[in-house]
Amino acid sequence: MKPIKRRSNAAVNSTLIRRPIQRCFALFLLPTMAAFCIGFLYPFIKGMYLSFCKFTTTSNAKWIGFANYQKALADPGFVHSFVYTALVALVSLVIINVLAFAVAYALTRKIRGANLFRGVFFLPNLIGGIVLGYIWSMLFDGFLANYGTSIVLNTNLGYWGLIIVICWQQIGYMMIIYIAGLQSISEDMIEAAKIDGANGWHMLKDITLPTIMPSITICTFLTLTNSFKLFDQNMVLNGGQPFVFQSNGTVIRSTEMMALNIYNTFYLNANSRGVGQAKAVLFFLLVAAIALVQLSATRSKEVQQ
Amino acid sequence: MEKMLCLLLTFVLALTMLGSVALAEGSGSVYYLNFKPEADAAWQALAKEYEQKTGVKVTVVTAASGKYQETLTAEMDKGSAAPTLFQCGNQAGLATWGDYCLDLRGTEFFNQLSTEEFNINGAGGEAFCIGYCYEAFGIIVNKTLLEKAGHNLDEIKDFASLKTVAEDIHARSAELGFDAFTSAGLDGSSSWRFSGHLANMPLFYEFRDDGITAQPATIKGTYMENFKNIWDLYINNSATEPSQLATATGDQAEAEFGQGKAVFYQNGTWEFSNLTTTFGMKPEELAMIPIYCGVEGEDKAALCCGTENCWAVNSQASAENQKATLDFLTWVVTSDEGTQMMADQFGPIPFKAAKASSNTFFNDANDYLADGNYVVTWAFNYTPNVDTWRAGVVAALTQYSAGGSWDDVVNAFVQGWAVQYANQ
Repeated sequence: MKPIKRRSNAAVNSTLIRRPIQRCFALFLLPTMAAFCIGFLYPFIKGMYLSFCKFTTTSNAKWIGFANYQKALADPGFVHSFVYTALVALVSLVIINVLAFAVAYALTRKIRGANLFRGVFFLPNLIGGIVLGYIWSMLFDGFLANYGTSIVLNTNLGYWGLIIVICWQQIGYMMIIYIAGLQSISEDMIEAAKIDGANGWHMLKDITLPTIMPSITICTFLTLTNSFKLFDQNMVLNGGQPFVFQSNGTVIRSTEMMALNIYNTFYLNANSRGVGQAKAVLFFLLVAAIALVQLSATRSKEVQQ
Repeated sequence: MEKMLCLLLTFVLALTMLGSVALAEGSGSVYYLNFKPEADAAWQALAKEYEQKTGVKVTVVTAASGKYQETLTAEMDKGSAAPTLFQCGNQAGLATWGDYCLDLRGTEFFNQLSTEEFNINGAGGEAFCIGYCYEAFGIIVNKTLLEKAGHNLDEIKDFASLKTVAEDIHARSAELGFDAFTSAGLDGSSSWRFSGHLANMPLFYEFRDDGITAQPATIKGTYMENFKNIWDLYINNSATEPSQLATATGDQAEAEFGQGKAVFYQNGTWEFSNLTTTFGMKPEELAMIPIYCGVEGEDKAALCCGTENCWAVNSQASAENQKATLDFLTWVVTSDEGTQMMADQFGPIPFKAAKASSNTFFNDANDYLADGNYVVTWAFNYTPNVDTWRAGVVAALTQYSAGGSWDDVVNAFVQGWAVQYANQ
């Protein structure tokens, strides 16, 4: 057997076969590269360009320089939406990760029906945001009607409603990642720790958490960016209501997150599309910066097994 | 093997590109981006008929309710596959889409018009948007229920009498089994009835007093008290709690009226076919009365007549497509099938070959005019940045109805106008 196996390896590695494949590398890259360019790179660059233009349709734009950025930063609604988004992201980040970890921790014990629970907890993730928003707004309003109010009438209710929906949807997903992390902890290490007399708390603090640090990195990254980019649930559940009417006639949509603010800027006022585009570019820079900071912070805590 | 695979991949790639080129070819077709979901079926049928007759491809796409501007923006970006015919019905629309509107003056289609009253012209008098129907709105009354409650239409002459009748019905709603007004829902599917149509009342009277005939930069809100009068009357004399209006929909209000649970329903002529077919109401039990809100002399008011339904032909479409579109339009307003469909769906149309309409509400509108009443025109067509302005008014009304302050409504209405004028 051995000589045959070696020969087959040699055959694949032979320059006679490798060279034509290597020469064709561009062709093999082509489909993905094309998809990446069409679906991401081109729209991204065009979006950048449009943020400096005044336009109604994207194929008919006029260059106006930085005016859009000035208007975007001068919009109190945009600034408010940033603060609001940050609040949503921060609170949901903590709640989702703590709960997802707790559920994952519980479901890696030997519990009867653990697989069923995992499946059920993961399910909310499979429902689209718009549908989810409608269902939850009906649930909330059905309940709040007893108290003569509605989710769109109260900023606080809107905020916590949104947090509940986000958590409900994302905990299951993060749970799966944590479960994978927990299962990768080697039995040897746990056994050694037990022999050394470590108690439950020490095991969690000194073994479990450091080992699953890569999972924590991924999960915090995902929850943070998901919350920042949140759009459909926010649109359907809150729609930015209630509005706060400023004395000068401008309006702050008190439950509007950044993505929705950009959408509203772009579509509600056909003449501020460039401003919406400028906001989108600012939004991208912000999310990218936050994600990079977060990644480097959690990565530095990761350990090699 | 690899060579074959490479060939195959290149072939597939080439094929997809060919596909997109092939799609763009073909000459003289029509693409209509329709504005009214309720008329979608009729347009589709008419398009098919025209296609069978002439072989010219007519595509009708209907934007989802309340999503016309979004859909139009996306579709207009499709270059040669953009709509050749679209809706552009007010000043704000013309401000946005003016560059895409073809001057239709002098075309065969234009010459079929019986009046230019409903068109929107460019600054140089270009006929950019052609009003293809006109509409009237007011308060639709179920006469049978009104009589059951011991009242009749002749009693209602102004706001005070409307209020008396409505409050009487509401007070006895448990005993009667129906209420005065349908729910004044502020969900997106219903809120335009108030941020658009009802808001027309204070706007119309203010513009009439001040002699305004073009979009003003600011408004004063002279008649905001009257707006409050009628809004309070709606929300306090209906089976739906005012605090529940935030999520009440248009379908809900329509069903309440159609199923005989309410006597009054603010809406327009376009509701006629739904009420008589879907809900099986008889034309003779329906009537439409003006919206009374307590303005002096309003007993001489007629219904609110105007239009937001204007066609514009895409000036950036190819010449063949423009021609095909104009030919199609001419056929729609001259042929037997076309004019019949227009009469059924839109009532009387301002074209020479128009057919008579069986829509009771239009007859009501004409009767008021024949009696020498003044038309309440569609002053809201001047609204700057109409979607943003209306969103503010709706949110303020929602908050007010749930116990908030009326000042917010005034703010959103008056100051909001100035802000949106500056923003547009």
